[in-house]
Amino acid sequence: MRRVVITGAGTINALAHDVDGTYKAFREGRCGIGPLDIRDIDRLSVKIGAQVRGFDETTHFNRRQITLYDRFTQFAMIAARQAMHQSGLETGGALADRAGVVLGTSGGGLTTQDENYRAVYEEGKNRVHPFIVPKLMSNAAASQISMEWNLRGPSFTVSTACASSNHAMGLAFQMIRSGLCDAMLTGGSESMLCFGGIKAWEGLRVMAQDACRPFSANRSGMVQGEGAGVFVFEEREAAMARGAEILAEVIGFAMTSDASDIVLPSQEGAARAIAGALRDAGIALTEVGYINAHGTGTAANDRTECAAVAEVFGSHTNNLMISSTKSMHGHLIGGTGAVELLACIMALRDGVIPPTIGYETPDPECALDVVPNEAREAKVEVALSNAFAFGGLNAVIALRRYSG
Amino acid sequence: MDIKAKVIEIIAAQAVTNPSDIRLDYSLDDLGIDSLGLVESIFAIEETFDISVPFNANEPSAGAFDISSVAAIIAAVEGLVRDRA
Repeated sequence: MRRVVITGAGTINALAHDVDGTYKAFREGRCGIGPLDIRDIDRLSVKIGAQVRGFDETTHFNRRQITLYDRFTQFAMIAARQAMHQSGLETGGALADRAGVVLGTSGGGLTTQDENYRAVYEEGKNRVHPFIVPKLMSNAAASQISMEWNLRGPSFTVSTACASSNHAMGLAFQMIRSGLCDAMLTGGSESMLCFGGIKAWEGLRVMAQDACRPFSANRSGMVQGEGAGVFVFEEREAAMARGAEILAEVIGFAMTSDASDIVLPSQEGAARAIAGALRDAGIALTEVGYINAHGTGTAANDRTECAAVAEVFGSHTNNLMISSTKSMHGHLIGGTGAVELLACIMALRDGVIPPTIGYETPDPECALDVVPNEAREAKVEVALSNAFAFGGLNAVIALRRYSG
Repeated sequence: MDIKAKVIEIIAAQAVTNPSDIRLDYSLDDLGIDSLGLVESIFAIEETFDISVPFNANEPSAGAFDISSVAAIIAAVEGLVRDRA
């Protein structure tokens, strides 16, 4: 069977505008959550978020690009540039038709929609910019990336709320493994921190007011973030032949549907996805050393996720480390799995497990080793990344440390 | 506005039953109202009375807003309407 490796990674998120900065923040257990700086904040009850700060679009893009790129496309493009640069992949020639891009996003160009609804409804304007549709469409980021690097094979966007990125990366993995493609740019991007985006989340009443404290008994909900993560996935033989540096191997993926509730998670559906990823990878439970949790910091998710992990891993559960990096970079919704895959790559490559910060009080219902507050050195062979979305859609990816 | 009647009407609509069948000592569980139904009821209460209800779905029983029974909810809404005035 063809094997799939990661040869490039890129990101921009609240912790840093690149991968190395993000790893540094993970090691330091730094928090990217702070007071939200957006228009009409006084009319929001949610006042914190993990915003990308110090970001000037004009240093990255020309005028025409800015006209066409919503913030979520800008984030995706910046992450893709970093990943392509690191990978050194040349996508001219025959590879172009065997390479594509699959990205996850939940809101797509939500900021563009928000601004233009405001213009026509609130300000009473009768005309909007001609490029609003190509700017707001959910496939804008995937399409712009395909154009930038001449990726002429399968390209599309996956939108499964909080599991979007994991579904996208899982599909990219399967497409290379099955022989449909040889190289894929994949990951996800999200930029929902606009007035309408936050107002919608407020309605659910699951947002924290002070901090995101996954697995802590005093957790009070989730905190939204924004940003992107993009990776170059490649067929292993081809990557080795061109002498690419291999960051990790993607070894398994599974997706399940709870088929039960539109917002409440199910232990059974989550457990089936975790077990399915292990089965797909053909590995024993005991090989897994680290899980990057979905870990939203809500009462319902954290309790259910811990129960699902314990159900699958049985007596190996106590040997596992499981942390939620959402405590640092917030919940990037459709982009979250992509940034969280970086935590897995860091654990495998550098032997450093990113912590769950903001952890204050043990919760008997989340009695796992959640790597509280401080990063830990540990050698890990296999890492899993969990994503359990609203709508009961679960997607779990398994990575292995690459040792040649 | 009769606060009690209005709150009962909102709760009855969520429970898909007649207001006359709602007993004051009923809990939301008794009425078969789940977490989604509760969040929607609170939204309806806020819209109807022009108030803000302190409620976090992560810790439904922790807030100042008592949801233990229909009577408790009515009393809590009456308090919030009084504070608003």
